[in-house]
Amino acid sequence: MTKSEKAKKRLSLKKRLKKYAPLYLLALPSLLYLVVNNYLPMGGLVLAFKKFSFRKGIWESPWNGLKNFTFLFGSKWAKIMFTNTILYNVVFLLLGTVFAITVAILLNEVISKKAQQVYQTIILIPHLMSMVVVGYLVFAFLSGSNGFINKSILEPLGFEGVSWYTEAGYWPVILTIVHLWKSFGFQSIVYFATIVGFDRAYYEAAAVDGASTWQQIRKITLPMLRPTVIILLVMSLGRMFASDFGLFYQVPQDSGMLYRTTTTIDTFVYRALMQDNDVGRSLAAGFLQSVLGFAVVMITNLIVRKTDPDSALF
Amino acid sequence: MVGSKKSFRIAVNVIMILLVLACILPFVLLVMASLTDEATLTTYGYSFFPRKISFAAYDYLLSSYQKILKAYGMTFFVTAVGTTMNIFLTLSLAYLLSKKDLPGRMFLSFFVFFTMLFNGGMVPSYIIWTGVFHIRDTVWALILPNLLMGAYNVILMRTYLTTNIPPEIIEAAEMDSCSEVGILFRVVLPLSKPMIATVGLFSGLAYWNDWINGLYYLVRRTELYTIQNVLNTMMSNAEFLANNTNVTQLQSASLSLPTSGIRMGIAVIAVLPVLVIYPFFQKYFVKGIVVGGVKG
Repeated sequence: MTKSEKAKKRLSLKKRLKKYAPLYLLALPSLLYLVVNNYLPMGGLVLAFKKFSFRKGIWESPWNGLKNFTFLFGSKWAKIMFTNTILYNVVFLLLGTVFAITVAILLNEVISKKAQQVYQTIILIPHLMSMVVVGYLVFAFLSGSNGFINKSILEPLGFEGVSWYTEAGYWPVILTIVHLWKSFGFQSIVYFATIVGFDRAYYEAAAVDGASTWQQIRKITLPMLRPTVIILLVMSLGRMFASDFGLFYQVPQDSGMLYRTTTTIDTFVYRALMQDNDVGRSLAAGFLQSVLGFAVVMITNLIVRKTDPDSALF
Repeated sequence: MVGSKKSFRIAVNVIMILLVLACILPFVLLVMASLTDEATLTTYGYSFFPRKISFAAYDYLLSSYQKILKAYGMTFFVTAVGTTMNIFLTLSLAYLLSKKDLPGRMFLSFFVFFTMLFNGGMVPSYIIWTGVFHIRDTVWALILPNLLMGAYNVILMRTYLTTNIPPEIIEAAEMDSCSEVGILFRVVLPLSKPMIATVGLFSGLAYWNDWINGLYYLVRRTELYTIQNVLNTMMSNAEFLANNTNVTQLQSASLSLPTSGIRMGIAVIAVLPVLVIYPFFQKYFVKGIVVGGVKG
């Protein structure tokens, strides 16, 4: 074994190239795909500084400096979409983490393995659904004329039905609930798996010393979850400028009256590109999203590497 | 002390059952909505206990099944082809990167990893896929963008290959003068079935649920729509109807618009295969979440 390993190390570069040539060839489609799907669009970001038209194409479209950006920030939507994107992300991150950890701890306290399995299976179901279907589910609850909330709760109680799809004020709450509903199962499983991996000896010793369940959670489980929480938070920070297009486009049914509270960078980019024929602004918004997102990842990782090297991503 | 312990256990289960109900009840409402008589619906709205049950929606779906069946077929086709390609691309690249003495390994790993840190975003991707590769209004539009689902799966798979496949087995195969490609397909592939199942499951689910590619890239050829695209278009048409008062537009739109029961019925059909298959693959699914969730 060690001998053969040493022998392999002694193989010359030429021999290794020859040995692996078929594997390079086999992986070539994947590498080409990454070039086309990932690297070309990175280069395509420079189009944000051009007056791009589909007719003239990538090379023929003339440069126009920062015009796309000044045009973008000339409209009220620039401020709205950046604040919305960041605020939603912060709220989702905080509430989502707290909620997921709570559920994971509860799940861990369920004694029956069978029940644990059933709970675990079912709370993942929302995660399996497409946002289109989630949009339908939400519609069944919130439809102004037929919705469950209006027809079966508000009106029987003597309240007036709410026209949910035209009242922008409710949507920060609605979207937060829908996001938590769809994602809590997934996140809980991650934390649950971490908790299950903890050494039982700590808990047994604590129980012998008379620690209550609550004390065990506070003094053992939560501190030991810290590294996992930090890693997951760092990873999410990189997505600070990204948003779930489906959640913000599909769930509010792209209703124009809700744009004030439902527009994020991704829905703006879609509308500018596909509905308003405003490639310039969508390119500028997309450019900022990519570059700022990248900057945030690099800066966070730098800070984490200084303070807590084990949690750094790279 | 013992009493409080017991009431704590009960409270935990009660909360979990409430959460479980919160996850299931919306689907019950969806199924009930598809079974509600259209007249009952207008008076009483969507309800968990509709006053009058009607199978009209499903009768309609059975009688005019061509369009739905076609969209369903597209979804199956795209999911099968996309997932197979995805597994092949993921495995071949991951296997290459798992070779410790590979010339250029560092560079290639970085080449893959960097795509997780930085991306060009939707607009340049759209311009390149449509302007350079002309996939608009072709079936490729539903398969090619986001095929590898990022480099994430590749790294997941590479980690699995380097940690779970004993080097001795590969060396033994090399001694038997098996070619490198032969080793991949005859030795490594059977040994990495659990990870392939996990990657395949995530990719299959992503293809089954995808509607964004159709929204961006299928402009004229709506016959290529998957079931998700059909659902999406029906909902936007319904919203268009609800918010528009232009009479001629209204008439043309309402002609093509199925009743709300039928729309809900199609949503049920779109969800059903996922829910039927899920229990059998739940194991791999949870495993994928656990492996991918933290390590990233």
